[in-house]
Amino acid sequence: MRKRSNWSIPYFIFLVFFVVLPLVLVAFYAFRDREGSFTLDNIAKFFSDKDTLSTFAVSLEVAIENTLLCILIGYPAAWILANKKYNRSAVTIILFILPMWINALMRTLATAQLFTTLGMNLGKGTLLFGMVYDYLPFMIYPIYNILSRMDNSYAEAASDLGATPWKVFWKVTVPLSMPGVMSGVLMVFMPTVSTFAISEFLTNNKIKLFGTIIQENINNSMWNYGAALALVMLVIIGITSLFGGDKEEAEGALI
Amino acid sequence: MTDHIIEISHLSKSFGGKKVLEDINLYVRRGEFITLLGPSGCGKTTLLRQIAGFLQPDEGTIEMDGKDISGIPPHKRELNTVFQRYALFPHLDVYDNIAFGLKLKKVPQDEIDKRVRRVLKLVAMSDYEDRDVDTLSGGQQQRIAIARAIVNQPKILLLDEPLAALDLKMRKDMQIELKEMHRKLGITFIYVTHDQEEALTLSDTIVVMNEGRIQQIGTPVDIYNEPVNAFVADFIGESNILDGTMIRDKEVSFIGHDFKCVDTGFGENNPVDVVIRPEDIYFTDSDNKAQFTATVKSCIFKGVHYEMFVETELGYELMIQDYDAYPVGETVKLYIKPSDIQVMQKLRTANVFETEMSGDGTVSIFGEDFECKPELGISQGDAVTAEVAFDKVELLDHMEEGTLEGEVHFILYKGNHYHLTVKIGEGQFIYVDTQDIWDKGDLVGVSIAPKDIKLTKRDEKA
Repeated sequence: MRKRSNWSIPYFIFLVFFVVLPLVLVAFYAFRDREGSFTLDNIAKFFSDKDTLSTFAVSLEVAIENTLLCILIGYPAAWILANKKYNRSAVTIILFILPMWINALMRTLATAQLFTTLGMNLGKGTLLFGMVYDYLPFMIYPIYNILSRMDNSYAEAASDLGATPWKVFWKVTVPLSMPGVMSGVLMVFMPTVSTFAISEFLTNNKIKLFGTIIQENINNSMWNYGAALALVMLVIIGITSLFGGDKEEAEGALI
Repeated sequence: MTDHIIEISHLSKSFGGKKVLEDINLYVRRGEFITLLGPSGCGKTTLLRQIAGFLQPDEGTIEMDGKDISGIPPHKRELNTVFQRYALFPHLDVYDNIAFGLKLKKVPQDEIDKRVRRVLKLVAMSDYEDRDVDTLSGGQQQRIAIARAIVNQPKILLLDEPLAALDLKMRKDMQIELKEMHRKLGITFIYVTHDQEEALTLSDTIVVMNEGRIQQIGTPVDIYNEPVNAFVADFIGESNILDGTMIRDKEVSFIGHDFKCVDTGFGENNPVDVVIRPEDIYFTDSDNKAQFTATVKSCIFKGVHYEMFVETELGYELMIQDYDAYPVGETVKLYIKPSDIQVMQKLRTANVFETEMSGDGTVSIFGEDFECKPELGISQGDAVTAEVAFDKVELLDHMEEGTLEGEVHFILYKGNHYHLTVKIGEGQFIYVDTQDIWDKGDLVGVSIAPKDIKLTKRDEKA
């Protein structure tokens, strides 16, 4: 009898080659200098380089702003989509998800072109617009998912106990949909920190994000410093995901 | 102030064209324990949800304390609901669940503390304040759901099948506790269940519902002893339901014998339904007392009593419950006391279809053409009344072989035959007497021989 666990071997090989090995390589390069001997200089350089640090701060700021905007726009959208009173057709949901089917780079290029044609200055505003445009579906979908599956009797029980529709929303619907918001945050915040294409196209490189710096370093064969920056970012992302709260619930919202 | 806390008049409700409730008239006395009882889909929960305010009636009014509350949203109604699946808030602990309503009403914190403790004590859950609700068992969640409702001191407590999710033992215990709570709190309970035993145990008043209509309202004793129709008799407790003929006042004939009874006002020689509870048929040794004889067919010990099926000399099967067992095969002498015979108006005595001739030799019944005997003076397009006796309708195993297709919807055993209600479509029924055994939900073909359709011409409406 062959063991059922044998079936996992292909996935295991995949993980080793495409996830574990690259991570090890990143860590390996991060702690080497050009000659290949062990050093902490690359990490130290990051913490002493004012430019890089301020770029990192800008990246975080943009990521936080983008995430907040996505929640602000995405939550009501998801709520309306999940509410049978306002939306009876699956078509509207697909319309919201549809942009995800088109490559993000193409959409970003098109958006940049649109702004240029309109004669608008490319800058922070256009950058945030592009980010929200790109990442909004990732916020809407998990929230919509959890709201549409929420047992209506909770809302009924709350209103039965004297809650106005407004109170029902804030005291029951919102807390119960937090797992959806959390997984939306995970899916929006982290990619935003590391993005570089959007800022390149939508600000003409006026605003540099952390991802851009990593990309520049790697492009200029500064492998070791680039790897160190990537490692720092990985650690930061790892820490934010710990704040993601109940992971299982958050992941559940994605299904 | 009126004695009626709730007054429902001419209430109707449809979902997507299907009538769920039709012309409901009902009042609830202040402080009583009233139960809406019926099989699933009878409309009882829909009615409760309209009292709670989650649904609006299509027609009619619901008055509470003399004021029409039809347009008032649930959060402004002075009543609280215990939901079937409890609907405890999973993001709050036991204390916050119970305090939810009080906090909304801005009750001072120390008062909230006091009242939460008091209801927790009442439901015997005092040490559970800080527990997460999903760590509680079904029965405990049930208690918290009740506590969360009654802590608001509502005028009426609505309970939607609150015990349905509990196991039998737990259900019995909770029944006693609910009854006790009702006594202590002194508020009105409106209770929904499909469990007739639960209804009989708990209620001051039972409202038996079926197919969106109220069948009977009365005390448990009234409903049990004097069911108004075969549905109620069959739904509440065990019963022998038999076809009978009212010979004259206080004399009724069934299973081939004449019996004295106490019912009057059913006319002379009119067909009626007769209900005999299985514990009301007595064995006797005396030939004077005996009204008929029968042979014991089966005898099963049921704990307190024996349940026996006997067959009379004319082939009617009766269920009898008695403390003594009689051996299978023995011929026994039986009698029934006049006061134990419950006579009921028959809802109908034949299938009657108000329809029209679809051709010279065919009549339309529920949209399908049935062949019929051509009759003088009746031709295509005429409005007619088609009458078909119950036992002349033939049911077929294969749906496609019948002229109509239907589903066995309700089965009543009448001692020597089954009386079936076959559902053809929404609100379309054909009633069938048959010797064959069918199950509820069976899909059947319906056919009627041409000679068995009796036609009479109706006057065309102008």
